[in-house]
This record gives sequence, structure tokens and C-alpha cells, in this order.
Amino acid sequence: MSELRAPTGGRDAQSDASKSEIPPDLGLYRVLRDDGSVDPTTDPLMPEALVMRAYREMKRLRLLDARMILLQRQGRVGFYGACTGQEATPIGTALALQKDDWVFPGLRESVMMLVRGFPLSKYIAQIFGNSGDVLKGRQMPSHMSGRDVNYVSWGSCIGTQLPHAVGAAWAAKLQKKSGVVVGFMGDGATSEPDFHNAINFAGVFRVPCVLMCQNNHWAISVPAARQTASPTFAIKGRAYGVPSLRIDGNDVLAVYGAVSKAAARARDGLGPTFIECLTYRIGAHSTSDDPTRYRSQDEVDGWMKKDPVGRLRRHLVHRGLLDDARDQALEKELNAEIVAAVAEVESLPPPARETLFDDVYGAMPWHIAEQRDELLRGPEAPAHGGAGH
Amino acid sequence: MSVMRFREAVRAAMIEEMERDSRVYLIGEEVGHYQGAYKVSEGMLERFGEKRVIDTPITESGFTGISIGAAMVGLRPIVEYMTWNFSAVAFDQILNNAAKLRQMSGGQLHVPIVFRAPNGSAKQVGSQHSHSMEHFYAHVPGLKVLAPATPADAKGLLKAAIRDDDPVLYMESETLYGVKGEVPEDPDFVLPMGVANVAREGTDVTIVSWSRMVHVSLEAANALEKEGISAEVIDLRSLRPLDEESLVRSVHKTHRAIVAHEGWPYGGVGAEVADRIQRLAFDDLDAPILRVTTRDVPMPYNAKLEQYVIPQAPRIVEAAKKVLYRA
Repeated sequence: MSELRAPTGGRDAQSDASKSEIPPDLGLYRVLRDDGSVDPTTDPLMPEALVMRAYREMKRLRLLDARMILLQRQGRVGFYGACTGQEATPIGTALALQKDDWVFPGLRESVMMLVRGFPLSKYIAQIFGNSGDVLKGRQMPSHMSGRDVNYVSWGSCIGTQLPHAVGAAWAAKLQKKSGVVVGFMGDGATSEPDFHNAINFAGVFRVPCVLMCQNNHWAISVPAARQTASPTFAIKGRAYGVPSLRIDGNDVLAVYGAVSKAAARARDGLGPTFIECLTYRIGAHSTSDDPTRYRSQDEVDGWMKKDPVGRLRRHLVHRGLLDDARDQALEKELNAEIVAAVAEVESLPPPARETLFDDVYGAMPWHIAEQRDELLRGPEAPAHGGAGH
Repeated sequence: MSVMRFREAVRAAMIEEMERDSRVYLIGEEVGHYQGAYKVSEGMLERFGEKRVIDTPITESGFTGISIGAAMVGLRPIVEYMTWNFSAVAFDQILNNAAKLRQMSGGQLHVPIVFRAPNGSAKQVGSQHSHSMEHFYAHVPGLKVLAPATPADAKGLLKAAIRDDDPVLYMESETLYGVKGEVPEDPDFVLPMGVANVAREGTDVTIVSWSRMVHVSLEAANALEKEGISAEVIDLRSLRPLDEESLVRSVHKTHRAIVAHEGWPYGGVGAEVADRIQRLAFDDLDAPILRVTTRDVPMPYNAKLEQYVIPQAPRIVEAAKKVLYRA
């Protein structure tokens, strides 16, 4: 990854070393400058239409997350884990992937389903967990799966999806299929055994995968400094013989550039890459969390200035692709799309109670059929106050 | 038919299924170059090569998770643990992923995978190497749990497990690997899961068992015969799904039942069997159902103490007499 160079004066870079000497796992690959211009030495030359698409997706996600948190606060959905402040990483990654590739996400990458073509209304139906949900009301929101878009639910136990990603990549290699697999984790997940398991196997088996660490600085209330004494998360890849780099995760051009190169390496049979994306969780960990108890507003405000949506907006304005009027029109259009999708699916009934017993096994065994029949002979469950109860 | 040892029957099942289906792989610690910790996979590396008989780093949770991922996208891995004891560090992957992905994904994904290893007591390997893990796993919807006792059943059930589209946990036993028996050579000899076998017919008392304990139960049945007691031995073979019909049919005839198994009594599969029998055949019962199990303590290392803890034939004989009110 030598072509992914260290930053020119990035805040997190080691400023005392000359940039050519900073290895990629200690550096910070970035493209977008604060004034909206790009660093021509690092620019991945993302096609203009894709840059516009990235902005649209990032903006839609920002609005969607706000809407879903509102619905949760109103008791209309049970749970939500927002991506606010981190949109550039999943969206930049999704745009760098191909249809045959697979995604094994963490908590905050659900938007990749949408970017990969999953319909918004079905996505929202999953958050309601009603009969419009392809998961049949079984999974928590932000733990989605979409087989049509090669997107698999992550594990609530943290990090367990990483060996799955490596295994899927291993299978692709053995079956001589073309797909690349991307596995996501947060900074906290690097402390889990399954991070070690996954990256170790990825290195030993040289599988076509990209492991992405979203270092958003907080694992619920635990700061990154309490997860590792390493200077970066990316440097951990060295011990496993996996080429690794740290990038500006709030810079969608950098994410797109780094993932494109890593995916190309994987496609060429050159094995895995580990990418640490430096970002920040602006909101709460989830709707079950209150971040004011463990971090300062000053810290949040500092990161708000590096907001990925704002940075990309400045870039588009700089390039003459966007102005206030067009931005406002886009926002109105996206909000209307979200409101319409919510309206379309919110009033759908819950999944039929007999579906509870489907999909435990491929063919329903008699003892489960017996439970189903017993349930069906009984009374209907009482109505609940909301989807979360 | 040919006479095979249990380990050869397991190997034959894997070889036949790997020849039948190129998506099937064997992965685990020492399965390749070392020929298997218990020589179950002997010769398989030479036969199938390193891409299908895969030695892994020592991380059960790692190769379990990797295989679950591979199974989701079309491979059919056979995951060997050196023993089921070591699956404990992979328990989360089995419980939270293998068992749940079909359900959590609304049926969009499934995990066709076999986990296999020796289970239960061996000889003087202490508390951490003597677990009967079937009790833990049989608790979990989404999993199937098999525990054959004979070479023929070992082959027929493992082939069924490999062909199944859901995760199947397959329990072997270190002390069974050398047991010989007749095994059908037909490459499509596949036994259905969830069907028990009457290992010995009898009329006075039913002894329900599986895996190694079937042999101990048969030994007990022979001893009982000398005292004029006719014991029927039911070999469950499959713990989940469970063959209730065979249990009911037998108890309908004998009116008395004992469950003999390795592993602790508290909340074990034996308790589940007792529940089914009392629920489904209450009117047939002439005595309470008794269990003969591993004593409710961690396994000791000392050879003599170990034998006190593992269920033995005389304890089954004693329980049989108790339910016949002949003690």
C-alpha cells in the first residue's frame, strides 16, 4: 500500500517525521482538505457521479438516522444505532465495492445495504420488525441481513462477524469466485478474540478480504486509549503479516480510494488488507446510551468541525457541483423519500404468530410444529404499546 | 458389509461425502499432516490435498467462525475439534451464529456445517477433558445433536449430518474409536436423524442410552438377564431431534424406564427424556424413572476415583432392580 501516503499535515499524523518516512499503519491517508480542495498527491480520482452519489447517500443517512431516533424516542420502534458522524466510511466503502462482493458489517454500516440496492421501505420495515420485514420481525434494528445485496447480520457479542468475513473470503478463494469480502468492526472489537482469529486466519490463508476498523474513539463509554496501548489500531495488522493503513474515515474520497486499492489487491490474489478509519461517533452509542455521562461536549464540538457530510459539501461547492439552493432541494427531496417510506410500512401488521417457528431449521421438526399448533390454539397476544415492547 | 472400527467408519463417511460433493471440507487442528489427533482423518490429506483437509492455527473460535462464514456462502465444512471440551471456547460462534443465522436472517441464510469430535470421558484426562458436551448443545434450538454408538450408525449418521442443511453436532468417543462392527459399504447408506434404535429387546425394563453408554447398558442388560430380568436397551443415536415414539413404544411394553448417560444429571438430556416419558406414557409407568449418570462433580484424575464418577454397569443393574422393586 505504499502508494497510500501519509497525510500532509493531518492533525493525527506524526508531524515530527517527514511524510515519506511515516509507514501507512502509523500515518493518516487523506484526500479532502479542510477548505474543500483535494490533495492532488493522494486523490483517487473518484468519478464525479460517484462523488455526487456519495453526498446524496451520506445526506440521506444523516436524515434517516435522525428520523429513526425520533421514532424510537416516540416509542414507535424499539432500538436504533445511528451512524451520525461516521457516514463517510460505510458509504465510501460501499461505493468502492462490486455486486458480487460481500459485506459482514458491525453496528453502524446498515446503510451499505441501501447503497448496494436494498429498498428503503424494506429497510425501514426491518426497523419496525413488522410483516414488511424480510427478517420476519426477528432481529434487532441495525442488525440487518439482505441476501440479495450480500449483506449479513453482525453478531451482538462483538467481533464474531469477522471470522465469518474471513471464512466467506476463504470460500470464495477455494471456489475460485471473484468476490471480495469486507468485514467491519469498531475500535472496541479489536480487543475481542475474534479480531485476532479473523486477522490471523486472513494472513495465514491469504484470503481476499478487507477488514475495516471504524475507530470512532468510543466503545460505548470506554475510550480508545483503554482498548489498546498501541499507537494506532492499524499497526496491529503488522503482527499478523497483513498490510495495514490508517486513513481519515471522515473523508469519503480517502475511504473510497483506500478500499478500492485494497479490494483490487484482494481481487489480484494478493491477500487481505486491514484499514483503520479515524472517525468519531457524534451521537450516542445507541438509543440505550447517554454519552454525556462519559465525554465532554468540547470533544464532540471539535469533531463536529470535521463532520464528513460538511467536508464533502465544502468540496462539492469548491468544485462547483453544489450550492445552497441545490443542497436544500436535495434535503427536501430526501426527507420526503424517508417520510413516504415510513408511511408506507409503519402500519403493516406484525408477522403472523405462526412464523415464529419457521427457519429454526430448514425443515420444521415435529416438536417445533407441536409448539406452533399449541400457540395457534391459544389466544392472540395482547396489543403492545410499541414495537419495542 | 465390511467390518470396521468406529474411527474407520467416521473416516469412510467423510471420504465418501468429500468424493461425492466437492464443497465438503475437513478443517481443524492436526487433521492433516498429523493425520488427526485420534487418527480419524488418517490418509485424508494425501487423498484430498491441503485445500480440502486443512490444518489450522490453534483457535477453535477462529476456525469455527471462519467455517460458519464459509458455510453461509456455499461450502459445507466438517469442523473437527480435538475434543468437544475445546469447543467451549467456540461456544459463542455455535450458539449465537451457527444456531441462529437461519432464523435471524428470516431464512435468507443457512449454515450447512458439521462439528465433530470425541466427547465424554476418556481415561484419566481430568476435569477439563472429560465433559459430556451434548447436554449443553442439545439445549439449543437450531442445532441437531447426534451421538452414535456403533460403527454402522457412526457412518450412516455422519453422512446424514454432512448432507444436512443445518448445523449438526456429532459426538464421538475416544473409548469407542477402536470398537468394531459391520458397516454397509453402500455409498448412499444414510441413516435418518431422530430415529432411535432398539439395541436389545426386552420386556421388563427400558434402559435409554446413547454413545458409549449403550455398550455399558448392554453389559448391564446381560447381567440382569442372569438374574431373570429382561432389559430393553434403546440407543437414542440422536438427542435433538429426539425419537419420542420409540421411548413410548418401549415403556408401553416394559412399564419401567432408566436413563443411563455420561454427563451430569442436573438439567441434562436424561432429565428431558424422563420428562417426555412421564408426560407421554404416565399411565404405562409402574415406577418412577431413574437416571444413572456421571456423578455431579468435576471429573477427578485418579483412575479409581474416576471410575466412581463415570456411570458403570452395576449402577444400571441396581437402578433396574429398584424400578422393579427387587432391590
